[in-house]
Amino acid sequence: MTRFLAGHRPRVIIGKKIAPYVLLLPFVLVFVAFLIVPMIYAFNLSLHKTALVGGTRFVGFDNYARAFVDPNFWSGVWLLVRFGFIQMPIMLSLALAFALILDSGLVYARGLFRIAFFLPYAVPAVIATLMWGYIYGPAYGPLAQIAAFLSLPKPDFFSENAILGSIANITIWEYTGYNMIIYFAALQAIPADLEEASKMDGASAFTYAVRVKLPMIVPMIIVTIMFSIIGTLQLFSEPYLITNLARSVINSHFTPNYYAYTLAFTAQQYNYSAAISFVLGAVVAVFSYAFMLASNRGTR
Amino acid sequence: MAAAGHAWARIGSPRRPDAPPHGAAGFAFPLFRSCPLTNQKSNGAGFSRLNRRQLLQSSAVLGAAAAAGGVALPARAEDKVKLTVWAWTPRTQEMADLYMKKKPDVQVVVENVGQGAPHYVKLRNAITAGTGLPDVALIEFNSIPSFRALNALADLSPNLPAGFGDQYMDWTWKAVSDGGKVFGLPWNSGPMALLYHADVLDRHGIAAPETWDDFAEQAQKLAKAAPGTYLANFGVDPGWTAAVLWQAGWRPFRTNGTEIEIRINDGIAKNWANYWQGLIDAKAVDTKPAWTTEWFAALDNGTYASWVTAAWAPILMEQAMKKSFGKWRAAPMPQWQKGGKVASNWGGTVFSAFTTTPNLKAATDFAAFMSADPQAARFWLTEVFLFPVLTELVDDKNLMGHKYDFYGGQPVNEVFAEALSQVDPSFEFAPFQDYVNLQIEDHFAQAIAGHGTLADAFDRIQDAVVAYAGDQGYTVK
Repeated sequence: MTRFLAGHRPRVIIGKKIAPYVLLLPFVLVFVAFLIVPMIYAFNLSLHKTALVGGTRFVGFDNYARAFVDPNFWSGVWLLVRFGFIQMPIMLSLALAFALILDSGLVYARGLFRIAFFLPYAVPAVIATLMWGYIYGPAYGPLAQIAAFLSLPKPDFFSENAILGSIANITIWEYTGYNMIIYFAALQAIPADLEEASKMDGASAFTYAVRVKLPMIVPMIIVTIMFSIIGTLQLFSEPYLITNLARSVINSHFTPNYYAYTLAFTAQQYNYSAAISFVLGAVVAVFSYAFMLASNRGTR
Repeated sequence: MAAAGHAWARIGSPRRPDAPPHGAAGFAFPLFRSCPLTNQKSNGAGFSRLNRRQLLQSSAVLGAAAAAGGVALPARAEDKVKLTVWAWTPRTQEMADLYMKKKPDVQVVVENVGQGAPHYVKLRNAITAGTGLPDVALIEFNSIPSFRALNALADLSPNLPAGFGDQYMDWTWKAVSDGGKVFGLPWNSGPMALLYHADVLDRHGIAAPETWDDFAEQAQKLAKAAPGTYLANFGVDPGWTAAVLWQAGWRPFRTNGTEIEIRINDGIAKNWANYWQGLIDAKAVDTKPAWTTEWFAALDNGTYASWVTAAWAPILMEQAMKKSFGKWRAAPMPQWQKGGKVASNWGGTVFSAFTTTPNLKAATDFAAFMSADPQAARFWLTEVFLFPVLTELVDDKNLMGHKYDFYGGQPVNEVFAEALSQVDPSFEFAPFQDYVNLQIEDHFAQAIAGHGTLADAFDRIQDAVVAYAGDQGYTVK
């Protein structure tokens, strides 16, 4: 009897061990086919060099060596660092403020506001940029028209000094709602008895929000900052789509991804473009890791 | 102008320049409904009484004549030869339909994969990938060397009758052929002229400038007389830049196999740069980006009173400009020497076949039909502003005398025909023209934003292009 059972048990255990992998298989297949394989392909590309004259040859890490000293690449990275320092704090604090207000229960039609704030995220970046491009229009855009009506000088959203702010504004409009939903979900998960307890202790709603709720969603805030750092360093669609309106300030290497794009598709330097992409990946990893280190130290 | 932009999706209305654009928006090929040619009083007598069927027949016959000779089709009637064609011009499928009536054993599918840069990006990606190329595609004159550098263009000469090139305007044939080889068949050209807003110039007592010195003088005068109004806009536009510098005598590239001479920042370029820099500094011309909705609006409402441009420009202008319809006039391009007779060409397209096509014979035959059918060429010119490349048509007084409503009844073809005969065929584009264009865009933009001058920009472009050419394996001289 015991022998009979013993004979069965291992099979069940094997089944349990295998099951997760069977269930993960579809993901793994897609992951390998559409991420790992292309990355290997791109990495292989980055180790070669194809010239119009002379064809393709293996060059080792030459493309990387060139990328490390390419001012066009690093000026793009530097631009995005500045961009991030303007855009991220504004976007995330707005998202946090909206989430706290919605969560406080002081607002009627909470569902409506939640959807309204989130809606811009559902608008494709291309449409959003086209729309803002029109709003910014220097001669016939609505803002310029209003300025003209009030006899004020027409604002130039595409000038050298304004362009970063103009693009930041588009991305803030697009992504505030998304971050707000993440914060809001985290806030909703805070047990209601904490609120009762803080009331018992005489805390105001504001104190409760700042002293109790905020610290409880810090992990979520860290996650959103992480997402924002990654997203910022990969900025592409907005400047790319707005180039034609702001020719004189957006060049072919405005952001690193933009640079990789023009290298590959206009300059036909697919190999160097692949190397630039990997270096950008490394930059993203460094920034993310640095932030993780900083935040770990901060929360400890 | 190949890479003026990078994407079709960017903001700004009808994009792209060099060649007549096209998403075919709003166009319908009238040959099959009512034939506009029959309504055109100014056309040759022979046309005015043609009905639809006759037109179709004669068109097919003429097409057959043009494509006759050695251009025979594969003799397999049982299975149709399928040709895929990438073109962005309006009403191209209808032309293909006309061709299929003539050659029932060929099936032609026209695909519009984008205009300008997106079209070339897709072609180059297909070349790199080794699959997915069409049999035939439209290519602008300035892109021929780039595609030849990739060994992508098929030599059409084995399937063309001897002397086929004689029917084309000299420089257009020179641009597509090399020795005995032929890498595309010219379809339309972009002879340049000065298009101006007659109203605005009249109001301020300004005559259409004959020389560039006049042009500068009038620009200053207009800017002073009517602040906020400009004789011209200096938008960053590499295709336009190459075209107007072509007129000035700029010959930046000489390619001989893998050797290339690069003279981008020569004296001619510097003079030209200083000329425009002077106008920019004096605020006598505006410097807004070209090809945007706002830019078209400014041309429409007279903020910009003129545009030195090519014969195909009204295709775009008609779509985007309502107020100024009928108020435009064309005058010869301003000259660098008083009394000079030098014009230029901007854009224009050819039909090329790719080395990967399994049906080169059929592809050549189709390209020959599209390129050299005179009946169709007349239609393209009078209705779609595509200027012909066939000498027979350019010499046709009736056709050249055609009056256009857009130009308030002016027979502008006379101006463009003269310009076409004044194009110096010795201009060469780079075998990596897209990269050159990109550099022009970046560095001109910087100059316009006030960082250095246009003359400095030419030095930086020269350096970048020399470095690139070396990197691409060319021997730079």
